[in-house]
Amino acid sequence: MNTITVNGRQHSVEGVPEDTPLLWVLRDHLGMTGTKYGCGVSECGACTVHLDGESVQSCVTALSEVGEGNVTTIEGLSEDGTHPVQKAWKEHNVPQCGYCQVGQMMMASAMLKKNQNPSDSEIDEEMWNICRCGTYNRIRAAIKTAATEMRNK
Amino acid sequence: MSTTESSSVSRRDFLAGLSAGSLVLMAKASSAGLTVTGATPETVESFDPDLFVSIESDGTVNIVAHRSEMGTGIRTSLPRVVADELEADWDRVVIQQAIGDKRLGDQNTDGSNSIRFFFKRMRVAGATARTMLEQTAAEKWGVSASECRGRNHEVVHTKSNRKIGYGDLVADARELDVPKPGTLKLKPASEWKYIGKDVPVADMDDILTGKAVYGIDSRMENQLFAVLARPPVVGGSVKSVNADKALAVPGVVAVEQIPRFKGAPSFQPLGGVAVCANSTWAAIQGREALEVDWDLGPNADYDSEKFAEQLGATVSQPGTPVRKQGDVGSALKAGARTHSADYFVPHLSHAPMETPCAVADVKTDSTGKVTSCVINAATQNPQAVQQAVGPALGMKNEDVIVNVTLLGAGFGRKSKPDYCVEAAVLSRALKRPVHVTWTREDDIRHDYFHTISRIHVEAAVGEDGLPTAWLQRVSYPTIMSLFNPRAGSPASFEQEMGASDLPYDIPNVQIETGPAASHVRIGWLRSVCHIQQNFAVCSFADELAVLAGADSYQYLMNLLGDDRELDMKALKLSNRGASTDDYPYDIGRLKNVTRRVAEISGWKEKRDLPKGRGLGIACCRAFLGYTGHVVEVEVSPEGEVSIPNVWVVLDAGVIVSPDRVKAQVEGAAIMATSQARYGEITFTNGVANQDNFDTYRMAKMADAPLNIHVELLKSDAAPAGVGETTVPSFAPALCNAIYAATGKRIRNLPLNRHDLTPE
Repeated sequence: MNTITVNGRQHSVEGVPEDTPLLWVLRDHLGMTGTKYGCGVSECGACTVHLDGESVQSCVTALSEVGEGNVTTIEGLSEDGTHPVQKAWKEHNVPQCGYCQVGQMMMASAMLKKNQNPSDSEIDEEMWNICRCGTYNRIRAAIKTAATEMRNK
Repeated sequence: MSTTESSSVSRRDFLAGLSAGSLVLMAKASSAGLTVTGATPETVESFDPDLFVSIESDGTVNIVAHRSEMGTGIRTSLPRVVADELEADWDRVVIQQAIGDKRLGDQNTDGSNSIRFFFKRMRVAGATARTMLEQTAAEKWGVSASECRGRNHEVVHTKSNRKIGYGDLVADARELDVPKPGTLKLKPASEWKYIGKDVPVADMDDILTGKAVYGIDSRMENQLFAVLARPPVVGGSVKSVNADKALAVPGVVAVEQIPRFKGAPSFQPLGGVAVCANSTWAAIQGREALEVDWDLGPNADYDSEKFAEQLGATVSQPGTPVRKQGDVGSALKAGARTHSADYFVPHLSHAPMETPCAVADVKTDSTGKVTSCVINAATQNPQAVQQAVGPALGMKNEDVIVNVTLLGAGFGRKSKPDYCVEAAVLSRALKRPVHVTWTREDDIRHDYFHTISRIHVEAAVGEDGLPTAWLQRVSYPTIMSLFNPRAGSPASFEQEMGASDLPYDIPNVQIETGPAASHVRIGWLRSVCHIQQNFAVCSFADELAVLAGADSYQYLMNLLGDDRELDMKALKLSNRGASTDDYPYDIGRLKNVTRRVAEISGWKEKRDLPKGRGLGIACCRAFLGYTGHVVEVEVSPEGEVSIPNVWVVLDAGVIVSPDRVKAQVEGAAIMATSQARYGEITFTNGVANQDNFDTYRMAKMADAPLNIHVELLKSDAAPAGVGETTVPSFAPALCNAIYAATGKRIRNLPLNRHDLTPE
């Protein structure tokens, strides 16, 4: 593979071994460090990005699997930090250390694309990301705020 | 308010500000009190400052944040204190992150100390600058300084309502003598506009857009990415290594051995073999391909299950008394009834979401002598980085330049800078910048683990059901073994976290310690020995309540006794080095949070919940703050526990950033949930059996508390700890609730080892 599409732009990945996880392609080869490493085995969700609009864990998604797909990372979630989840995250002061929040927001925004009125149990099921600072309750509240905005649009 | 692009600022930057005509102030606290001086090139060199504030002629106020941001909001909170006293407009404040520099004072962002240590100093610094600006304006106008007030970035003459902006006063203010702290008029609390008020943290927008730079994100020109194969057992070393296959992995540039610590582990590397590559992934692949023959060293027979049994045997025997009141032996014999229990808490790992990471650029001369070292690190303590890297590179500690990035949490792990030393020695060897990333497996396998502990508690109770004697024996490997291999029993600072500081009103008390050797690196983890000791103490209080047939809350209040202060001197308690005038051990405050948490949880109304539901209560003074917890559980017929509600009341004295405190209180409940439900690192043959989140599980949204109700008590008492304060009483309150719901008493954590089907 010579190029991948990230946030609507083509990026050269020439010479990058095709089994390299997308996470490290983004971070180390393309210099886009917004996507975070947490576990490397799809247990924590910190590295979540969108591939053709669906949430995937970039730590277990090989470059070869990306193919012609469109990758969206936090850098491209919105132009100016005004995606409804970003606004809701700010309104609820969700982040503590902030490290996992990128993955949390990517997971939440993918969920809200499909379901703009998630119940508590649906949120529980979809949002399996780990936060060690313990922001789960605020994340849940922020998701509901973002969902309301998205429904009313 | 904004933050600077580059993460750090040096004293030199401030000197540049000086030459540009800024007013620069430095404050220093000493035993004689606090002194503030105006900075000149000479005083910057000769005077040990612990705070810099500068005001530029355009009115920009620069405030140095010298503590590390790992999620508490401290990088915002301390500058807010300065800005409040200075009457600065927050929008015109620039926060600059300090490099490691002992002249800045304590930078170890650990021990829940930041606000406690620096609240007053920050206020004085802000008030000093404001006073100088007021004086300058008064002289300009030819009026009395008492008629001039700093208000929102300008000085106002109260009689004529004339105004002049701070920036316009700077040139003249620089010429004034700095007022003595005793002459300053600090703002009364009623006039605080930032202290006690919420604001988004300085880094909020960067965090939400992925621009925030953590240690793992920090980059230096031409850097290599490194991961290390470390000895599987602490104290092991490399016998031989074959790097051929590793070097054949595309992207791998070099394989380099690094030496192990000598003597005690301290903060030096575990040693091992580094694979350096053009990406983290290539380095990881290279490490997979390494062939290393290890000498496992002296800890290769460490088996934590067997060790736990040994600890049990230890606490079944008399130990070394560390607190003695009355005659416990006789009282135990004479008691109407006695009760005893043994508690166990296993090793735990910190597992911050960002693993330990640092990048170093070390330059050497033609003889190989190190000429400079710059490190960008996610560190809780940049001075500890200097102290660890300096000797490792043979350079002066103060010459090691440490830039502090944001931390993807720390919990105590990142106050131990072994990973920074790894990056530094690799950079020296490879003559280019090297970025070390710990994989999650490295992080969990090779942590500075929370200790493993057994605690025996024994009491005699009188006719009224209250104890007449309390004997407590604690045994666990000590953190001091990190520095002294012979340290073989709990240290006094550890005992004081929930053992020797027992707050209950009991005539006969004896606290004993038993020996325990260390076979892994033991480190402090958020709330440290309170984790196990308050688990035991607060659980046992509930056991006694049940024994007495009493209401757990009422019994606990009776156990705490009359409002009074513990006699810290007589009990030989260090009080974390804090003055007992400012920070007495106030049983009244402890009772108050307990009373209040019972009220807001509706304890009385919920006393008779049906089988499978229950409330538990616990309280604790930790890191000088006071917490009461009530936890509500529901336990399904299959033994599945859910936590619909947690109520927490915190009295931490004056609070600067209420929402950030509230967030930490919520987070403490969730971290403690993880630890209580799943937290367990076990060792077989000296090797940790868990190495990622599949085997070292965390509470997720679905099994964390659904609602966490936090009340922060209004207080004008001196600011106490927060981050660690509300961890300890959660787990016992949870287990007390499980008892209420199921009749099953949990004395050994974690919960997932137990069948919790209601009896």
